[in-house]
Amino acid sequence: MEKSEAPVIRASTPKAKHVEAAGLACLFGLFALLPLAIHLGVDPFYLVIATRIMIFGIAALSLDLILGFGAMVSFGHAAFIGIGAYAAAIAAAHGVTDLLVQFLFAMAAAAAFGLVTGVISLRTKGVYFIMITLAFGQMAYFLMVSLSAYGGDDGLTLKARSTLFGQPWLESDVFFYYLVLVLLLTCFLFARAAVGARFGRVLRGVRDNALRMQAIGFDPLPFQLTAYVLAGVLAALAGVLLANQAEFVSPAYMTWQRSGELIMMVVVGGMGTLTGGILGAAAFLLLEEVLSAFSQHWKLGLGVILVLIVLYGKGGIHGILVNMHGMIVNIRGMLVSLAGMLAALTGGGRR
Amino acid sequence: MSHLLVIQMLNGVQFGILLFLVAAGLTLVFGVMDFINLAHGVQYMVGAYLAVTFTQLTGGFFTGLLLALPAAFLFGLVLEFLIFRHLYERDHLDQVLATFGVILILHEGVRIVWGAAPISIAIPDAIAGSVPVLGQLRYPLYRLLIIAAGIAVAIGMYILVRHTRTGMLLRAGASNAPMVQALGVDIRRLFMVVFGIGAMLAGFAGAMIAPILSVEPNMGDGILILTFVVIVIGGIGSIKGAFVAALLVGLVDTVGRSFGPILLKVVFDPATASQVGRTLTPMLIYVLMAAILFFRPAGLFPVKQGA
Repeated sequence: MEKSEAPVIRASTPKAKHVEAAGLACLFGLFALLPLAIHLGVDPFYLVIATRIMIFGIAALSLDLILGFGAMVSFGHAAFIGIGAYAAAIAAAHGVTDLLVQFLFAMAAAAAFGLVTGVISLRTKGVYFIMITLAFGQMAYFLMVSLSAYGGDDGLTLKARSTLFGQPWLESDVFFYYLVLVLLLTCFLFARAAVGARFGRVLRGVRDNALRMQAIGFDPLPFQLTAYVLAGVLAALAGVLLANQAEFVSPAYMTWQRSGELIMMVVVGGMGTLTGGILGAAAFLLLEEVLSAFSQHWKLGLGVILVLIVLYGKGGIHGILVNMHGMIVNIRGMLVSLAGMLAALTGGGRR
Repeated sequence: MSHLLVIQMLNGVQFGILLFLVAAGLTLVFGVMDFINLAHGVQYMVGAYLAVTFTQLTGGFFTGLLLALPAAFLFGLVLEFLIFRHLYERDHLDQVLATFGVILILHEGVRIVWGAAPISIAIPDAIAGSVPVLGQLRYPLYRLLIIAAGIAVAIGMYILVRHTRTGMLLRAGASNAPMVQALGVDIRRLFMVVFGIGAMLAGFAGAMIAPILSVEPNMGDGILILTFVVIVIGGIGSIKGAFVAALLVGLVDTVGRSFGPILLKVVFDPATASQVGRTLTPMLIYVLMAAILFFRPAGLFPVKQGA
């Protein structure tokens, strides 16, 4: 893979830190306030969509961890979502309904799958990496299609949502919504801490120039593998949540088109920014809602938008938002200097 | 049993040849232009639809096929002109995304024009029937013709790339495009033609298979993934590699599907064998690919840059 072109927004100056914090507060604040708006009469359907957005936000965020910060273009990331979803569904089918236990199962299964496929995939580079992750994704997909004990192609319906401490709290959509929000925030803060730490700096170093990192004594593999497994584990969490929201799992969660959509979310949202994944998930799912209301051929519009974004949009939504801030700063700067000039002129006139 | 094996081997070869026709264009575009084209599968699908339409318009399969080829070529040129040529300089991720977008567009486009229902056309009477291949054993003539056509294309490609001036320019362009351009060759036009040829080969494969399979909007997806498996196993950019890998994948997949469960019955009881067989056989080629990449991370016939 060539050097990634996405701008890595680092909160380097205090001002940028301010902007970032304000943006984050806006984003998560909006999510936190939505149930209130629904209480006041907004269509409750938006709660369902927002829950989906946050679930896919976790998944896209996890992909961004390896795609944006490690330049590992995984075309099989949906497999991890499927593994998480099936871990929850299969556990529930055997009477294990506790959400925390299901999380543990999902994370263990995803970590094992990620470790095995990661060791093999990371032997390859560039296009070969894209293709081998695709192959592993397909393997997982066909495995679930063929497992007739767990529904096979038809999928598996959950009897009820998971329980928490033995209580059926998740049945409440609002409770579930806030649970997902808390998890999204946790995953985000965790991922941000990870990329900000030494681990993340090495990962970015490898992304930008693996040879140089090796020359100064870092073996890229353990770092890349850790990131790959970590991303898989987070995506599996999203899978457990997805299974709970839909109360249904099917191999369709794991198709390569799903993986493509996840990449789309990350790139459209803005690679290597973490928030970009969430924004991308929101943009993608909202676009899906809006376009599918217009026509059954909504994917045509989606394709056109995608091509246009790749050809003409740089840095994704995150980039546009950040540039907007830059534009405002520029305009403000222009106004200030204009005012200064006016003041100087009038001052000069008075003198 | 041995008859079944021969039949299945022939089916595997026929499937492999089909994969080769699609993979040849993809690996050429990839090798020469370093361009990942996910939309190659939909070009195969469009070829099938064009063949169906021209067959219905002219009333003859052969005229339909003959008209579908230049149409697929033109279609490839149009895509190249509108979208793909702006992506050659971009990184692979951008190429993956934009061509993914093209897949979405063409999928829905085909649904709008031809509808979502599968369409089928008949094999023309002249080449319908079957012929004896081994004693009493008969095999459909049309499938043999597909094999023959594929081998002819393989030989043609080999001659084109190895023994013609165009092929020489192609190989030179693949290893150092700016240098070739500096020597006065219009590399963009060359790329465009390569792209058109790739699209035409994919379209040819789609048109040839149209009478056997039903023509539907999703037909390109499965074949696209298999084609990627083929070119990755073969070594990206290598036509020889694509040919060997296509036959390998075709044979392993077809023979594995029919004989895997039988072999498993030797080890397991029938119920387990059937479940394990159903689980393993679709994964077989992906296991093959992962295994090959594990030992040879650049495929069976790695293409050296600059060689």
